[in-house]
Amino acid sequence: MENEQIKNSIKLEYEVIKDDFSRAGEASSNIKKVLRQLGIDSKIIKKAAIVTYEAEMNIVIHSAGGKITVFISPDSIQIIAKDKGPGIKNIDRAMEEGYSTASNRVRELGFGAGMGLPNMKRYSDEFYIQSKEGESTILKMKIYIN
Amino acid sequence: MKINEIMSILEAECLTGEHLLDDIKVEAAFGCDLMSDVLAFINGKTLLLTGLINPQVIRTAEMVDINVIVFVRGKKPDKEVIELAKKNNIILLSTNHILYTACGILYNNGLKGIPIRGGE
Repeated sequence: MENEQIKNSIKLEYEVIKDDFSRAGEASSNIKKVLRQLGIDSKIIKKAAIVTYEAEMNIVIHSAGGKITVFISPDSIQIIAKDKGPGIKNIDRAMEEGYSTASNRVRELGFGAGMGLPNMKRYSDEFYIQSKEGESTILKMKIYIN
Repeated sequence: MKINEIMSILEAECLTGEHLLDDIKVEAAFGCDLMSDVLAFINGKTLLLTGLINPQVIRTAEMVDINVIVFVRGKKPDKEVIELAKKNNIILLSTNHILYTACGILYNNGLKGIPIRGGE
């Protein structure tokens, strides 16, 4: 995103904690409320809500913790999810619907069906992922407002 | 379909949201224990039937604007989950039927599944 655009954006930032299932979803819930207060179209809000919630759950389930940052500008909502690792071994496989490395405990919660990253890509207008085994994962997703 | 009608045909108990029963209608239903599937497919005024009772079910419903959840197999979530539903104006119902039977009863009474790509 260009610097000029960031300057004119509203920035929201949330810490997401590893394995904290009782609070998982709070960040996405807050982001959704802010988008609603800004009067953004409900279909756009829903896309942003799904994307942030899947990203938040991924950080809780798969990472050592991380952060979700959202920039809201008049043209778009940009969601950046960055975790502290341990990274994704094979991004191509992780992007396949149905491929999952989640534990049984996570599956019992209704997640780990291998739909998280495909869902994020499906509902984003721009989708970028950077990850390597042993490093952090960075997701950048943009949803156009108009 | 009206929520009162759903409660009556499923012999369901209302756990929270009684004051919303007259105002909300659903147009289709989705039965599932995978929350990512819910996030992938739900659109519009949809009833969710599930056997899961954790907070992520309420969060998922919140994200896709689901207003009514039916817990099957007589399941009831704890207070914390009910409070989260209350906060988000989500009606929670509980039926003793299993997921398959609850879906079948509703389908027979005219409540169809949600339309998805390539499906009904």
